[in-house]
Amino acid sequence: MLDVTFGIPLVVLSDVGQAISLLLIGGGLLWIFIRSLKAKEVDRRVVFLFIFFAVAAPILFPITFQEKATPIVKKLFDKVESLPAGSKVLIAFDFDPAMAPEVQPMANAFTRHCLVKGYKVIFMSLWATGQALLTQTLERVVKGEFPEKQEGVDYINLGYKAGNEGVLNVIVTNFRMMFPTDVNGVPLDSTAVFDGIKSCGDLDLIISVGGGKPGIKEWVLFVGDRVNVPMGAGVAAVVAPQLYPYYPKQLLGLLGGVKGAAEYESELVKHYSRFEHTDTPGLRMMGPQTLAHVVIMAFIVIGNISYFIGRRRERRR
Amino acid sequence: MRRTTIIAMAVVLGLFILSWILRSASYVTVQEHYLIGGLKVTFSAFLTLAILSFLYKDNPFYKFLGIMLLMRLSRNRGWLARWPLAFIVGTTAGLNFVRYLRSDFMEQVSATFVPLFVDWKGVGYFISHFSLSASGQFVAIVANWVIFLGVICGIIYFFFSKEHKGVFGAASRVGIWVLMITFGASFGYTVMGRISLLVGRITFLFRDWLGWIS
Repeated sequence: MLDVTFGIPLVVLSDVGQAISLLLIGGGLLWIFIRSLKAKEVDRRVVFLFIFFAVAAPILFPITFQEKATPIVKKLFDKVESLPAGSKVLIAFDFDPAMAPEVQPMANAFTRHCLVKGYKVIFMSLWATGQALLTQTLERVVKGEFPEKQEGVDYINLGYKAGNEGVLNVIVTNFRMMFPTDVNGVPLDSTAVFDGIKSCGDLDLIISVGGGKPGIKEWVLFVGDRVNVPMGAGVAAVVAPQLYPYYPKQLLGLLGGVKGAAEYESELVKHYSRFEHTDTPGLRMMGPQTLAHVVIMAFIVIGNISYFIGRRRERRR
Repeated sequence: MRRTTIIAMAVVLGLFILSWILRSASYVTVQEHYLIGGLKVTFSAFLTLAILSFLYKDNPFYKFLGIMLLMRLSRNRGWLARWPLAFIVGTTAGLNFVRYLRSDFMEQVSATFVPLFVDWKGVGYFISHFSLSASGQFVAIVANWVIFLGVICGIIYFFFSKEHKGVFGAASRVGIWVLMITFGASFGYTVMGRISLLVGRITFLFRDWLGWIS
């Protein structure tokens, strides 16, 4: 929008913007460093301001980086890629708006990948707030990018069901006991997607996207391990370290935070040219992420230098 | 109009939260009250749903449990609501016990028994095929040794029946390093998560509110 507002070509504006932003951030860090050397205090709000600049600048003037999928992401991508056409894949939207900036890009990427491969996709949510986010994905990705796909034939939305682990404990043996109909009230027996599916054991792959409780852990405990269905997951960064022990035995692959989303998106773009111009929020977010991390690391270094200088001065006294 | 109202509300509440940076506690408090109020409504809705789900079951036993839950509303018969609650808690504990024992204990113990020499075909083969690639043999061997030694040393750190001296003490010190590195990884991921949320908020402000980006 900025280029339209000011009538400046986007490329020029972006480059100039990036240069000015980097100069501001670099200059500011240098100022803080000099201040620290002189043993002068830096207000904590200055630190917050820097983080704001480091995040806001790459959003306004996008900086993108090349992403290469790590083995943990690549294995999940390869599994989705290798299933035969018509496979039944369940994608669970177990998250809320607070987690959405991190995990919704993953959910969208999984949805795109499954639909482009011609799989039958079952959407559901164990979180009440997940249903609204699931609807967003259906509107923007499924209906927006795959208008030829039919509800009930190529995909189905089961919606939200209360009961947490209780829901999983039932659908692991019988889907229809917990979901007699889809979210629109259509009986599951009358849908083509559910032909030959009685329980979770009949699915070819389960992908859980979330980061809270109930979430990936519950899916592994109550479904994945119980019926030996291959499972993959996309998870908010905060809980990713707790789920790594499940890889590679209980989880085929794991997308940890926005980095995982970016890696999956890059694989998707690499394999399918139709997604080259599709929005890739994971990749876009890596610019602000990288710059913010550089600033944080710079603060850690400056803080340590300042600490050691201060200690040396005290010893001299 | 509806969208504009929602965006305006989200902007105001978002800025209220961020006002914490400037130590404007009053605005944060307003937002907190709003959030807690919302949570209370959500929990009430969930409780109602739980009770209704009991009442709508075909099995008369569950209907009975649902009615007993409603007894909470009575001052004299409120104690009756403890029975269905005990049933819910007991069932959840029973279900979780079996699942956790299998997935978080037995499966995890078995996952720790990893080959310490992955695809080992002799020293000559190892040297001639040496690669630092993430999918290479060398990295796989190192990763499995880290898991093996990390678990052993981590457990030793928490073993207090023997004094941490000598080899045992050294292993314990390695254990604390493993724990610290794990906590560091968790912290790093948390930072990434928080930055992602900030990116989400700023994108919302720039795109939906100010219209600076498309």
